Amino acid sequence: MAAHRSCRPVWLFILCSFSLFIIAGSQETTVAPEQHASVLDNPQTAAETAEQTAGESGGVEERRWEGTEVRDAAAQKQAEPAVLQPTPQPKDDFQEELVVRPLHSGDIYASFQFRTLWETDFMRGNKVSHYRLFPKSLGQVISKFSVRELHISFTQGYWRTMQWGQPYLPSPPGAELWVWFQDSVTDVDATWKELTNVLSGIFCASLNFIDSTNTVQPSASFKPLGIGNVTDHRFLRYATLPREIVCTENLTPWKKLLPCGSKAGLAVLLKSEKLFHSSFHSQAVHIRPVCQDWQCKTTSWELRQTLNVVFDLHNSGQGKREWSLFKMFSRTLTEACPLASSSKIYIDITDNPEGEQFELSPATSLLSQAMVLGDRRTFSVYDLTQQDTFGSVRSLNLLIRWKSTEGDMLRPLLHAERYVAGYGLQTGEIHTLMYNHHPYRSFPVLQLDSVPWYLRLYIHTLTVTSKGKDNKPSYIHYQPSKDRVRPHLLEMLVQLPPNSVTEVTVQFERALLKWTEYTPDPNHGFYVGSSVISSLVPSTVAMDTNSTRERPLFSSFFPCKEESSYFVRVYTEPLLVNLPTPDFSMPYNVICLTCTVVAVGYGSLYNLLTRSFQIEEPSPGLAKRIANVIRKMRGVPPL
Amino acid sequence: MGLLSDPNRRRALINLLTRLNAPICVVCYMAGVAWFMGLAFEPFTLRTYMSENAMGSTMVEERFPSGERAVATGREFAAHKKKVSGMPVEWLVKTMQARGLEVYTQRFSRTLPFPDENKERYMVKGTNVYGILRAPRAPRTEALVLSAPCTPGDNNNQAVGLLLGLAQYFRNQIYWAKDIIFLVNDHDLIGMQAWLEGYHHTNTTGMDWSPLQGRGGSIQAALSLELSSDVVTSMDLVLEGLNGQLPNLDLANLFYAFCQKIGVLCTIQGKLQRNDWDSVSGYSHAVQTMMLMVMKQASGRPWGDHGLFLRYHIEAATIKGINSFRQYKTDATTIGRLLEGMYRKLNNLLERLHQSYFFYLMPSLSHFVSIGYYMPAFGLLAVILLLRALDLWVQLATPPPTTEDGIADIEQSSPGVLSVLTPLVISHLTGAALYMLPIRFQEMAVEHFPVSETEAVVLTAIAVYTAGLALPHNTHRLLSGEGTEQGWRVLKLVALLYLAVLLGCTALINFSLGFILALTLVPGAAFVTPHVPKVLSAFVLVILSPACTLLFSVFFFQELQEMPVSFLDGWLLYLSVISQGILDHFLYGSLVYPLIALLVYPCWLLFWNILFWK
Repeated sequence: MAAHRSCRPVWLFILCSFSLFIIAGSQETTVAPEQHASVLDNPQTAAETAEQTAGESGGVEERRWEGTEVRDAAAQKQAEPAVLQPTPQPKDDFQEELVVRPLHSGDIYASFQFRTLWETDFMRGNKVSHYRLFPKSLGQVISKFSVRELHISFTQGYWRTMQWGQPYLPSPPGAELWVWFQDSVTDVDATWKELTNVLSGIFCASLNFIDSTNTVQPSASFKPLGIGNVTDHRFLRYATLPREIVCTENLTPWKKLLPCGSKAGLAVLLKSEKLFHSSFHSQAVHIRPVCQDWQCKTTSWELRQTLNVVFDLHNSGQGKREWSLFKMFSRTLTEACPLASSSKIYIDITDNPEGEQFELSPATSLLSQAMVLGDRRTFSVYDLTQQDTFGSVRSLNLLIRWKSTEGDMLRPLLHAERYVAGYGLQTGEIHTLMYNHHPYRSFPVLQLDSVPWYLRLYIHTLTVTSKGKDNKPSYIHYQPSKDRVRPHLLEMLVQLPPNSVTEVTVQFERALLKWTEYTPDPNHGFYVGSSVISSLVPSTVAMDTNSTRERPLFSSFFPCKEESSYFVRVYTEPLLVNLPTPDFSMPYNVICLTCTVVAVGYGSLYNLLTRSFQIEEPSPGLAKRIANVIRKMRGVPPL
Repeated sequence: MGLLSDPNRRRALINLLTRLNAPICVVCYMAGVAWFMGLAFEPFTLRTYMSENAMGSTMVEERFPSGERAVATGREFAAHKKKVSGMPVEWLVKTMQARGLEVYTQRFSRTLPFPDENKERYMVKGTNVYGILRAPRAPRTEALVLSAPCTPGDNNNQAVGLLLGLAQYFRNQIYWAKDIIFLVNDHDLIGMQAWLEGYHHTNTTGMDWSPLQGRGGSIQAALSLELSSDVVTSMDLVLEGLNGQLPNLDLANLFYAFCQKIGVLCTIQGKLQRNDWDSVSGYSHAVQTMMLMVMKQASGRPWGDHGLFLRYHIEAATIKGINSFRQYKTDATTIGRLLEGMYRKLNNLLERLHQSYFFYLMPSLSHFVSIGYYMPAFGLLAVILLLRALDLWVQLATPPPTTEDGIADIEQSSPGVLSVLTPLVISHLTGAALYMLPIRFQEMAVEHFPVSETEAVVLTAIAVYTAGLALPHNTHRLLSGEGTEQGWRVLKLVALLYLAVLLGCTALINFSLGFILALTLVPGAAFVTPHVPKVLSAFVLVILSPACTLLFSVFFFQELQEMPVSFLDGWLLYLSVISQGILDHFLYGSLVYPLIALLVYPCWLLFWNILFWK
């Protein structure tokens, strides 16, 4: 990690100087300060932000990426007519972009990102009261609860890694929330409780169901993504609600946080009737402090709103294998958000260099390259701030027409799945499979499991096996559950051997709940949240031995450190586990039966045990009684 | 309860029970049988009704259009099947992929304990192919299964065709909330067993299978489809699963409701429903249907591929297309619409099917007998055993009338633990031998006798069974001295209570098996003493033994199916039924064979022992 962090500026430096050299050579005079925004860097490193700001101050630009490439030099000549002087940084800044990736399976992946940067400090004594682009509701949350970092995602559906590859921003099904608090917070649990309730109101979600029984403090899996070195996990809280259903009611408040709302810019595409007519939908909000400039003397706050959606080829195909903005979102674009400093659409055309996979119209000459998830990707760029992007019809409707048929399954380098084994309602076994598809490199992964208390894990049965051999985790952090108080937390650092499947199994017992603790639909089952697998994965670029063909020879002998690994987080499926459930539909029968058994069975037994038996004297006959009366009158003893 | 605490009245009651014991037992037996026969009478049964709210009130439309294409796919499948003479794995994978499913395969192999002569297989190797339709925006927590077995010969091609047609149609719909798994299983039940064990990562029967790559979470319901012709006249519902387990009644209700809606003739046990319940023929029709269900359930074997799902708490049924000579024909489109409707309703489920009954008998598809109605029939039979036990207990408790000298009393009042324990142990050892020997000694038997392995197993079983009849002589050799009068009473008391507990537990799990066993075992158990005429009683007792019960059941079952057999054919059928029962135990974990061999047969031997008490 440290090596990774330190080598990034070095790489940037080499890159900049190298590209300057080339530009000087080609007598090019205009330099467009193109923001290199589509790069999805390793989110774990704080250096990423440094790189980002370096980009803003005129560092990395599109054509310089191209500059290192021999092939695209000609295409680059007529690109980039606009020249902007480096203006003084505004106090706050808003950018929007949409990345469209035609997927291997014929489906299409659209990822929106909206970023608001604001140079302010919520934490100092003076109250921030004037808000321009940054949403006030979130600003107040940050200052009131002393939040240092906040990540919240709502996802409907499961990301199919085997067909779609890795997502730009992974998220588990349902709702996920993790927050780093400032170290000034004294009672973290109370603050967390209050914060979840407030967020529940802001996003119209059931986040108020987050309590101590589903909150954990991961020790290693979730590091701060913004600046700051405090990694004391006492200030971290992580919770998931795998059952949360995401729908329009969550989308509307999310859209309201945008400066332009859904009135202008890319956000006009966000119509719920289309977004929820898809295979996968995920929306997220990330707040973190980032460096303001290269020296990182002051910090500013970054709010990143992302929305990822995958459209299914089959559901909306109607026989034609083509996609357009209109078909996906039932809208076309006519303008950028006027408040945005940058507004772009990127189309991933890496797999389509000669146009044999699909056809893209209108064509654009603007290209961009970026390292995404360990792979060098090429994008066509449409800049919405330029009027000529919209052409003569004053509207942009991108069209992708597929030419080839859909492909086979992918083999992503890291991929995981999970299931419950066994039958019956007493015990079971959780199996987690982690696949390393890299042909010759092994790499470590951090696995985080948070299991509710009503599945009682037998931690002594924990086994980790790869290739039939025991694979001892080098780090295990286990916190046992307490009934009705806190869940199990299991974190492990496991080394995955190359080209292997690693299987983690642990047995559990299903608890019998109290009858008031069952949900209204107990026979549906109980959810166990996704397990989180975080790893630094060797990049595919470093894996490619034929890369010497495309790059200058002197740049390719030693494997480049920056490209050698990248951060990936993979979420497994949530589990649905049935617990032993009484028959709630027959309370009346049960009550009647119980009462009868108690009354008849116990009553008679009690009777037999406590009654004292006596031989009863037969009552005297009538004559005897009369005789006795007479004898009594006479004063003699009775018979 | 004053009755019991008052010693006088208690004595009176006990006197009554002991004095009238035999008549009361006879009345109970008759009443039990009569009650059971009454269950099929329509006014005594309940109409079926949909209990599950999520399936009842929601409306679905069936729009499946492409039955013709499904039939064509079925023909293509048949051609490929013939070409590779087995499961056309590659073709299936390609076809399912073209329909937009995630396709996986699973290989499995299993060596049977002895060759299965009915299906002509011994070392089984096969491949299951399944495709998963991923529900949009669902987190892979729930799934439904539609399966079709790939059987050798020309059977079941249409089922695979329809399955693929439905997969294509379902793939283009947006409303799925649960993943749907389309499974084509090789070697019918063995393939299904391998797939289910792979899916749940269990291994109960020692089969080799390759682990599954793709899963869809917990399976909520499954249907298995069997269809061997392009058009059918009626659809038959098969419910009986492994060990007599049944799926939730709502699954049957769902099938019935959609058959009514779409206008497909539907049957259960291959019998149409009749409306003339008040006529004799109508009543006997209902009895036949119910008896067929009882016989099938009692056999404890899965009567379709669905039967193995039930162990995993997955509600499942098999739907069979029957093509007979009726005028009214149903085409593949209609069957597709039927299945579409059922799957859409199952897709709407919020919880597992749990609202309706799990224990029931069906005299017709629209009527059912719940556990509360049929249990008294069994109870009346079981109470005979308790009455006889009470009688014996009273006889043992009351001091025997003092004879002229008191010497006889001392001898009689010491029956000793050994005289009870020895027969118990020996009969159970015989039972264990019946369970173990047939499989162990098949090779030796094949070497020494001119028989095949299967015959060797069955004949060894029969030989051990018959050898057990010599038990009384062996027992007495071990016992010191003569058996006493008290001795056989104690032994019979123990045996009666043992049988009562055994039958009671069996009936709770598998009512039909418990009832049939009670029907034959209880009379023998009730009347047998050492003082009845030996030869006649021995004959009656053998007739009422478990093996003969099975023999009669075979003939009775054939009679019910309206396929009567000659005695010789029946005998051959009987032998194959025994071998199938043993195979079911080793292949799928059916419990009937161990239950009979290890518990019921030893218990019966105890009564045999009492008859020959000296």
